[in-house]
Amino acid sequence: MDQNVERLQVRVWRGNANGGGYRSYEVPAQQSQTVLDVVTWIQQNAEPTLTYRFACRVGMCGSCAMMVNGEPRWTCRTHVKKVLDGRQLEIAPLRNLPVIKDLATDMAAFFDKWTRAEGVFHPTATRADAIAPIVPDDPMRVLANEAIECINCAVCYAACDTVAANPEYLGPAALNRAWTLQNDERDSAYAGRLSAVSSGDGCFNCHSHQSCMTYCPNELNPTASIAGLKRLSAASFFKGGRGR
Amino acid sequence: MIGLRLYLAQRISAMILAPLVLGHIATMIYAVQNGLSAAEILGRTQGSFWWGAFYGLFVAAVSVHAAIGLRAIAYETFGLPSRWLDVLTWVVGISLFLLGSRAVAAVVL
Amino acid sequence: MDIRHRRDTLRIASLIHRFSGLALALFLPLHFYVLGLALNDAARLDAFLNWTDYPLVKFVEAILVLLLALHLFGGLRLLALEFLPWSPRQKAYAASAAALSFFVSVGFFLSAV
Repeated sequence: MDQNVERLQVRVWRGNANGGGYRSYEVPAQQSQTVLDVVTWIQQNAEPTLTYRFACRVGMCGSCAMMVNGEPRWTCRTHVKKVLDGRQLEIAPLRNLPVIKDLATDMAAFFDKWTRAEGVFHPTATRADAIAPIVPDDPMRVLANEAIECINCAVCYAACDTVAANPEYLGPAALNRAWTLQNDERDSAYAGRLSAVSSGDGCFNCHSHQSCMTYCPNELNPTASIAGLKRLSAASFFKGGRGR
Repeated sequence: MIGLRLYLAQRISAMILAPLVLGHIATMIYAVQNGLSAAEILGRTQGSFWWGAFYGLFVAAVSVHAAIGLRAIAYETFGLPSRWLDVLTWVVGISLFLLGSRAVAAVVL
Repeated sequence: MDIRHRRDTLRIASLIHRFSGLALALFLPLHFYVLGLALNDAARLDAFLNWTDYPLVKFVEAILVLLLALHLFGGLRLLALEFLPWSPRQKAYAASAAALSFFVSVGFFLSAV
């Protein structure tokens, strides 16, 4: 390693479901270096058995999120300069999810909750029908628009202290997705989804900490979506369970 | 842990409490000026229907609100199982309501 | 305990809401008990209220008023967040709630001493 190059002091969590701990690595600093670049450098030059997950490297696939200096980040779009603590970088698997190995978590529970929240589109038309025209400034479309760019990266889920304290809570991503579908006029599962999101593990557990909004890499606001679901559920209760 | 009914009870009690707490704070700032005495408090409240209604409603709403708040804390901090959560919610709510009603009766009747 | 993800203003506001609520819930039984003393004998209430002449007790009372105000104004922000159209100015509202609460509790303290 060139002695003149500035080095980052990087601590990486290594282990599996049975436990583990941090190991330190020295990584050469570079211009325009992302956290994912650092992890990749370690795997290719220092620790070939290091396990982590990534795919697109451009912030679209949502597979590379990790805890960086204690905060959840999409590592492929997070510049080292932005998160460096002196010369220290601490990289760990996403919070609130079980570890498989090293930096790779088991995201099954996260995606199961999308299904439990009815975060699934139920079409009203068949492929034989004409495409439903949705006007861009339709009020429901405007609401859905604000919440629709989710890449399923689980950064919000890892940031959420309500999930940490209440493992059954459906969490910000699944509820945000349910909110976009409640505002999709082509969808047929409004009533069923409303009862799914207002169950004992659903939207009413949210304390509006707004950590999801603080950390969402796409600057979405799941807290606002969940507040919308709370209003829809409350309104439906007072209207005697009638639909939208 | 918190479903629709508990949520609505928590938020409706909060909406009832908000103006009552404002009134309570204003009363405290007014009443504390010359020191607190039983004669002064009772002179204001005893035999008054409106103070009785004000604090009676206050006690009812705060019993609901505190019971559900403590339920969330008990679950999220100690992971209390759901049957015990229900017991805790009811015991806290009823105890606060009884103690509070006794206090209102003491200063109004 | 790792708190590095809890340094945001709004996360701190939610911790204040929780701890103020917990403290108020624990204080309520004592508050009710003391007022209940007047049920049989106003003199017993008076005997207790004499404590409130001590400056330290007045300070503790002002702290209780601060907690009540923080829970009230912070709670109003949360009710608005949930029941009104979304506002992006949540940090400003949280800071205003805290400022208003200090104003009220200092007002109480000055009125008490």
